[in-house]
Amino acid sequence: MAAIEKNHDYHMVEPSPWPFVISVSVFVMMIGAIAWMQDWTPWLFFIGLAGVLYTFYAWWADVVKEANNGVDHTPVVQMHHRYGMMLFIASEVMFFVAWFWAYFDGFFRLDDIEQYARVAATGGHWPPMGVELFDPFHLPLFNTLILLTSGTTVTWAHHALLENDRQGLRWGLVLTVALGILFSFVQYLEYSHAAFSFSGNYYGATFFMATGFHGFHVLIGTIFLAVCLIRAEMGQFTPERHLGFEFAAWYWHFVDVVWLFLFASVYVWGAWGVPLSH
Amino acid sequence: MANTANLEAHATGHDQASHDHHTPTGWRRWVYSTNHKDIGIMYLVFSIVAGVIGGLLSGAMRMELQEPGIQIFHGLAAMSYGLEGDAALDAGKHMFNVFVSAHALIMVFFTVMPATMGGFANYFAPLMIGAPDTAFPRINNVAFWLLPPALLLTVMSMFFEGPAGALGFGGGWTAYPPLSTTGHPGPATDFVIFSLHVAGVSSILGAINLITTILNMRAPGMTLHKMPLFAWSVLVTAFLLLLALPVLAGAITMMLTDRNFGTTFFNPDGGGDPVLYQHLFWFFGHPEVYIMILPGFGIVSHIVATFSRKPVFGYMAMAYAMVAIGFVGFVVWAHHMYTTGLSLDVQRYFVAATMVIAVPTGVKIFSWIATMWGGSITFRIPMLWAIGFIFLFTVGGVTGVVLANAGADRALHDTYYVVAHFHYVLSLGAVFSIFAGWYYWYPKMFGYMYNEFLGKLHFWVMFAGVNLIFFPQHFLGLAGMPRRYIDYPDAFALWNRVSSIGYYVTFVAMIIFFYATWEASRKKRPAGDNPWGDGATTLEWTLSSPPPFHQFSTLPKIESKDAH
Repeated sequence: MAAIEKNHDYHMVEPSPWPFVISVSVFVMMIGAIAWMQDWTPWLFFIGLAGVLYTFYAWWADVVKEANNGVDHTPVVQMHHRYGMMLFIASEVMFFVAWFWAYFDGFFRLDDIEQYARVAATGGHWPPMGVELFDPFHLPLFNTLILLTSGTTVTWAHHALLENDRQGLRWGLVLTVALGILFSFVQYLEYSHAAFSFSGNYYGATFFMATGFHGFHVLIGTIFLAVCLIRAEMGQFTPERHLGFEFAAWYWHFVDVVWLFLFASVYVWGAWGVPLSH
Repeated sequence: MANTANLEAHATGHDQASHDHHTPTGWRRWVYSTNHKDIGIMYLVFSIVAGVIGGLLSGAMRMELQEPGIQIFHGLAAMSYGLEGDAALDAGKHMFNVFVSAHALIMVFFTVMPATMGGFANYFAPLMIGAPDTAFPRINNVAFWLLPPALLLTVMSMFFEGPAGALGFGGGWTAYPPLSTTGHPGPATDFVIFSLHVAGVSSILGAINLITTILNMRAPGMTLHKMPLFAWSVLVTAFLLLLALPVLAGAITMMLTDRNFGTTFFNPDGGGDPVLYQHLFWFFGHPEVYIMILPGFGIVSHIVATFSRKPVFGYMAMAYAMVAIGFVGFVVWAHHMYTTGLSLDVQRYFVAATMVIAVPTGVKIFSWIATMWGGSITFRIPMLWAIGFIFLFTVGGVTGVVLANAGADRALHDTYYVVAHFHYVLSLGAVFSIFAGWYYWYPKMFGYMYNEFLGKLHFWVMFAGVNLIFFPQHFLGLAGMPRRYIDYPDAFALWNRVSSIGYYVTFVAMIIFFYATWEASRKKRPAGDNPWGDGATTLEWTLSSPPPFHQFSTLPKIESKDAH
């Protein structure tokens, strides 16, 4: 409670309805997802999702208010936030470990004679029977360049912010968001040209789930950066204090690095010396 | 701890009594809570509720296995489905597996973890490090509030179709495909999958909050190497949660798409690999068992030191033993998979790596004994539980070393020997450490003392009961009785009967526990700030019982060189 006199710099957060509201929303969303998958109704899922999204907005709006009131986010609290964001990204890395693990399980172990049913289905060679891979130096390379460029534009925005160059911050962020959207569009183009499907074959499952979860993270990162653009326009960032922007940049770099691993191992290494579809 | 810390903390503790009218009241205090102690209490209540459900499920299993033949589950199935004859019998067999699965999921995710990493870690890690609250109080609260929906999803799964024509998910907590995919076409498995997703998000958020709190909110002067061992155990455990649970999330997401969207991650007909699921699951699952036991290590260290009136022997070794267990815990997962066709070299590696864990674990066991050695020991209730923990956990640890051998595991895999092993480390290890912590900290949390006789009676009855349940299961396993079956040959009748009698004894112990808790809340014997005397040196004992709504408004300063 703010009413209690405190002689320390920690932020004693006021009671908040959002943790409970989002838990109820998550429950509705999960039940709704099952209902949708069972072809009962899609609506319950969307009601839950709306609750989750609204709570995200309301909760973060509270955090932004606390950041802007000049009292709550003392240096030690800002340090909390840095720890929290780093730990969150660490857990995200482990999430992608699962998808890379699945991919490499196919890449390295298709000729494992003990798994005869699998060998029969895939032909026991790479790429699996019936799968034509993308040319990595076509759209995937283009997307790699887009993401790497967006990494430089977000750094440009950061340095502009540190120099209090508002125009540089604005255009750096605008470009980064635009490149993020472009990446997602190119990924959509690539998906629509895939010579393999999501269901029924191991390559499609690992390819679409790994790159799909990456694409989902690109969307989140793009929204995160767009929010930073709005907050920058509202003058909420100063050269000294702009944690929200820094976290968006960290997140963006994390998404970038995941892509580099995907590009190197799924697109390039996976397609090395095999016939391609383009 | 330094006397100055005691005095200052005391002063602020009493200061705050005058501010109590600012504390939130009514349902908002709990539902909207941003207070680590209130959230900790909610976790403990939740854990007790879930523990009762999980315990009753195991009761039905023990009643069924009390005698050869099928006793009660065909009747249960007849009641639930309105089936008769052989149809009821078949449905009952499935229902037994549903009970096994739900028992495990509820005990692991909704009883042990909420009690240790939810309740005690939230309540006492901030107190022990001299912090006014956790770093992210709202995240703390959402981590709690995600658990009731997760539990509800698991319970609901028992009432939705699993295999064609039968209710519930019967694939065990490990949920191996293909039984969990094509073997259960109905939505019951999807309920379990989403339950684990939600519980996983809860654990990851809780872990982020606790790690940040412990790394960044220690009182001035409390370096990591002066930090109490319980805080160390929570720190290590939180890292395990943070890094292990996302991998489970990935694995069960693959299962979800395999089940509902036609992917073939685990289906060989589409080039998939069922063993991949086992790798991913156990990469999470093995750290998970350390997640359940490590906070218990921390609790037991404090209790043994308090009631021996000695500092913990080998503080640094104790702290880094937990770090070592955490590290090695990530690289031993495939010892759960010796029978899946791993190459001999891989099996050799996992045997050796698994054996290595016995070293830091041994450091801990011997250090607890060395702490008691030459100490001025009093056998109060928490000390009995702590010593019981050391004894029973060691039994489970020794059978673990047996099972670590790939050769021995050929015979013992999926037998009751394994069931006995993990119940010795979990329901006799982790659960004993939870009761130890409960009796140790009950006076601090609620301000009242237990009836000493009732607490000790609870301990002795429970000690007898759980050993009766699980020790005979070693014999059953060595004789070849497989786990997760509703029936068995007559040769296994004797020890199954003993095991079931053990359940009833444990049931009586639980009634004593609830009666003793009720008695303590009615009699209201004031505990005072520190009921345990000079041996209890950590910061929580410098505060009032219960502590003020917000403690340490002036942070305590740690000057003493004493650690632990």
